[in-house]
Order: sequence, then C-alpha cells, then structure tokens
Amino acid sequence: MRVVIEKRESRSRPMLLIVPVFSFLISLLLAGLLLFISRANPFATYAAMFRGAFGSWANFTETLVKAIPLMLTGLGVLIAFRMEFWNIGAEGQLTLGGVATAWVALFWAQGLPGWLVLPASLIVGMLAGALWAGIPALLNAYMSVNETLTTLMLNYVAILLAEHLYYGPWRDPKGYGFPGTAPLPQSAWLPRLAGRAHLGIVFAVLLACFIWFAIHRTKWGFELNILGKNRTAARFLGIRIERIIVVSLLFSGMLSGLAGACEVTGISRRLQQGLSIGYGYTAIIVAWLSQLNALAVIFVAILIAALAVGGDQVQMVMGLPSAMGLVLQGMLLLPMLAGALFTDYRLLLIRSRIRSGETHRKETPR
Amino acid sequence: MGLLTSILAITIRAGTSLIYATVGEIFTERSGILNLGVEGMMLMGAASAFVAAYYTGSLFAGVLLAMVTGGILAAIHAFLSVSMRANQVVSGLCITLFGSGMASFLGQRLGPPENRFYLVGLVGPRFTPFSIPGLGNLPIIGSLFNQDVLTYIVYLLVPLGWAFLYRTRYGLNLRAVGENPHTADSAGIDVLKVRYAATIIGGMLVGLGGAHLSLAYTPGWSENITGGRGWIVIALVIFAMWNPARAAAGAILFGGINAVQFRLQAAGTTVPAAYLNMLPYLATIIVLVIVTWWETLSKKVGAPAALTRAYIREEK
Repeated sequence: MRVVIEKRESRSRPMLLIVPVFSFLISLLLAGLLLFISRANPFATYAAMFRGAFGSWANFTETLVKAIPLMLTGLGVLIAFRMEFWNIGAEGQLTLGGVATAWVALFWAQGLPGWLVLPASLIVGMLAGALWAGIPALLNAYMSVNETLTTLMLNYVAILLAEHLYYGPWRDPKGYGFPGTAPLPQSAWLPRLAGRAHLGIVFAVLLACFIWFAIHRTKWGFELNILGKNRTAARFLGIRIERIIVVSLLFSGMLSGLAGACEVTGISRRLQQGLSIGYGYTAIIVAWLSQLNALAVIFVAILIAALAVGGDQVQMVMGLPSAMGLVLQGMLLLPMLAGALFTDYRLLLIRSRIRSGETHRKETPR
Repeated sequence: MGLLTSILAITIRAGTSLIYATVGEIFTERSGILNLGVEGMMLMGAASAFVAAYYTGSLFAGVLLAMVTGGILAAIHAFLSVSMRANQVVSGLCITLFGSGMASFLGQRLGPPENRFYLVGLVGPRFTPFSIPGLGNLPIIGSLFNQDVLTYIVYLLVPLGWAFLYRTRYGLNLRAVGENPHTADSAGIDVLKVRYAATIIGGMLVGLGGAHLSLAYTPGWSENITGGRGWIVIALVIFAMWNPARAAAGAILFGGINAVQFRLQAAGTTVPAAYLNMLPYLATIIVLVIVTWWETLSKKVGAPAALTRAYIREEK
C-alpha cells in the first residue's frame, strides 16, 4: 500500500473552510499539551484567554484596538500576495506611515485650519507607506530585484529612523527622558468610538469590502490573479505587468501606512516606542489564514488579536507567560500550512502496483 | 593602536554568532529552500543552550541541545516546504513567530522554583576567551587569537563550508538541487532528501549561533537576546551572494559597524547612531540590485535559481 499525491482538477472549495477550522482545533490541542506539560490546566487557561479577549465590553474593545492595525496591514499584505509579490515589509510601511503622520501633526498643525489637520496627517501617513512599498515594487517590476529581501531590509531602515527621531531630535523635552515625542495637538486625534477603539475600525471594514469587490469584480482584480498564477501568461494576455505591480504595491503600502497613522493618531497620540511591535509580520499570518480573502481578514484579525489580548490576561490571572499568545499564533499556522496541500492536491491510497500503473502519468511516488 | 585592537576584538566577538547562522542559512538556501525562521531558531538555540548548560553544568551539553532544537525547528520547516509544498516565506515566518514565542514562554517556565521559574538573572557556565600561544601576542591581529573556542571553530567553519560547497561532490549536488531540481533529479540525485538534509544542517548551525549568544557573547538568558540578529543573517546571505567565504566578510562588516558605533558614542560624536546602523541594510539592498543586474548580463553570481520553489516532479 502506498500513499500518492495527485493534483486536483480544481481547488477544493470545502477544503478552503475545513482546513483552517481543523488547523485551529489541532493547534489548540498541541498548545493544550504544552500547557499540560508546564503544569497548567489547559481548559482553565483557554477559558481565561477567552474571557480576557471577549469577557466584557471593555476587553472586547481592547481586542479591537489590536485587531485594527492587523486588519489594515493584513489587507495590504493580501493585495501583494494575491499576485505572489512577497511583501514582508508591512512593518516598515506601518512605521514610516506613523512617522510621517506625526511629522504633519507635530510640525504643520499650526499652519493648517483645524479640520484639515487630521485628514492631512492621515493622508501623508498613507503616502509615506505607499512610498516605502513603492521602492521595492519599482525595483522588482523593472529590474526583477527579489522583493522579499528588499521589503525586509527597508523595515529596519524605517524602524531605525523612527527610533532615531523619538530618541533624538523629536523627543519631548518635557518627557523626563521618555522615548517619545510631545503629544499631538488635539485637532490631530482620531475620534474614539468605544473604549480606545477608534475610527480606524470603520476604515478597515469599508476598505475590506472595497478590496473584496475590486479583487472579485473588476479588471484590476482579474489581472492581479493572473499575474499571481503565471507572469508569462499575463504578458501574453497584454497585461502591463510593471504598471500593475507598482500600482498594487502603492495601494498595499498605503494600507499599512494608514495602519501606522491610525496607531499614532488614535492610540498613542504621539510618536513613541512601541509603534513597531510586529503587526506587520503578524499581518502575513492574518492574510494567509484568511486564504487571501479580504472579508475573512476582518474576522481572522479579531481572532489573532484575541490570542494576544487573551495571552496578556492569562499572565495577569494565572501567572502564565504572556508569550502563550505568541506560541498559539505560531502553532495556529503550522497545521494550516501543512493542510493547504489538501486544497490543491488529494491523497490516494494505492493498493497494488498494477492499479498504480493505471494512473501512472499523474502521480508522484513517495 | 589600542583602539583598533579593541574594535577588532568586539567585531569578532559580535560576528561569531552571525557567521554560524549565515553559513547555515547559505547551505539551506543553496538547496532552494528559503528559511526565514532564523530569528526563531536562534532564540530557541540560545534558550535551550542556556537551560542545558545551567542544569548539567556542561557547555558541551548546551551546544548540543542548541543544535538539536535548531535542527528540529528547521525539520518542521523542511516538512512544510518540501513535503507539504507550503509557501516558504509564510512557513519560515511561522517558525520565527513560533520559535520566539516558545523561547520567551520557556524563559519564564524552565527556571528553578527559587527564581520563580524564570531564566532571567541566572548565572550559568560560559565560554571564556583564551589566548593561543605565540599568536595571541601579535600586534593588532593578536585579538583574533584571544577568543573563545566557538570563535576558533568558526575560523575553521568558513573555509570548510566553502570547500564543501565548491570542492566536493555533495556540495555540487546541493547546488544542483538549488539551481535546477529537475535536472538534478534526472541525474539521479534525491532532491527531497538533499533539501531535508540541507535545511536541517542549516538549522543546526543557526542554533549553534544562538548558543554562542547565551553562552559566550552575552552570557545568560534575556528576552529577545538575539536583538534581531536572525534578520541580519537573512541580509548577510544576500550580501555574501550565497558564498560562505564572503559571509565572514559580511559578518565582520555588520559586527564592525556595531563596534565602531560604540566607540563613536563613547567619543561623543554627533553622527546619529541610527544612520550608521542603517548602512548595512541599505548596502544589502544595493548589493542585491547589483547582483540582479549582473544576472541579467547572464553572469551567474546570485541567488539559487530554484529558491522558494517547491519541487514537484510531474510539474515543469
């Protein structure tokens, strides 16, 4: 008896849902085992995590606070990944977006009419994010420079720049040495809707709907998909590959820039340490878990944020390391990645050599 | 003179863990597998090395366990990207996320009860530098020979790694698999086996790099002990154009910029450290652009052609 992997005629639709759900259950099981080994009750821990993330209105708004940047960066990553452009620079795009937003709000607010300060800050933040994604896009589109590596390198440049600014020239002289700028003027504050959850949630949901529509119902979305599947085919179809790459990446970076802008104007209300805490990397997990579906990003982002918030709660309530949330996030994706095989391929159990000979052309012996 | 010597000494000490991990990642990438899990594997290597050395009192046990954990994490990546044909970028990031979460979790769980199960603040055995008779007293380069044993091993690893890749049959097979797995397969090379082996051995070296951090460079365990070194390694691999010999030069450049910057700060210069720190990353992008441009002139210098592509025999 042998196991054979055979390519499916088309992607299996039920598998698109079954695989993530099963992955989630398997990761809960694995993490439960880890908890058990480290002398903690898995059920009590999960219950505490759940209560921490969703137990009260206040906790739920905190989960949303963490989910908003994940939604926006997740959407940004999704657009790039749709055409197999491996943009892992959302972290840097978010950071530079935050820096540019703070720049406008701190140094240009006096010269602008009050109502214009917030929109101008957000827009400049989005432009900065777009710029930071645009550089790797141009290099890739016109010179085929590997985008995974350039986007990654630019993360460090942006983070170092931000650190330099809030530790150095932009540091609040009245801040007792705290690494951060002076507070932004009130005209640049993003309105909060509930608790600390701000208007960014509205942006994220509207953008998710817009992107879902654009990907599934417009020519741009069609071209994006073709580009992802086969660049040569895309060229034969007359798609202007270079332009699509650059335009899509500007949009992708813009979304991450907006995430940074919302963090600065909605949460910290200044540029400070703790802006770049890995949302841009977690975004990749969000995009992947949602199977590159823009509407699913909203829910997956809330789930991942719940793991982080729940992890913090577990530390306070049960004295377990808050890193439990990180471990769970990592474990969540591992079975998911392994399971992705089943959406494109099926496993066949072959009884005898004779029967395996019939399908010989299609199979890979293991 | 004294200044130069001390800069060189810091550079080498800072560069050791980078070279281990970079050589490891070069082996992995040469087989066509991109493993972005370096940061996570290094952290787990550092954590497990410290735990093993602390409880057994044996540095050797520490190094061994670090290599085993690095190898196990790399094996997960190999399973996902080779057997399950998963996306290598996502799988690698997942290893980093999982590894760094796990290291942080264990760091608050594996300590002795009197330290509230924390590893932070414990003092364990460490590698101490010793002088090589005759060489250790040389002017300037004498500091090269006042190092710990893991650094001396790195002096051997670089030429041996280079010789393995370019002067042995195994090295040739490895490079063939990374360049054109279909051709390698028809030449009778077991593509999947080579990729598994290269990824796991690479992971063991990355784990060893992590061990150098917690047992020699900054002895003891602290949260985020790597300080992003795992990502620098990814940059160094490109900078070295996938050649172990050049990896040493790159690691010395990165380590050297760190060392110089400490000195400059001590001297109270006005050049902001941030701009100096950006240089290696910007330099890497420039190197990448030049390498790619060379490639278009059909000179083979850069990335393995099949990097990040799963090998599926029936699909061309």
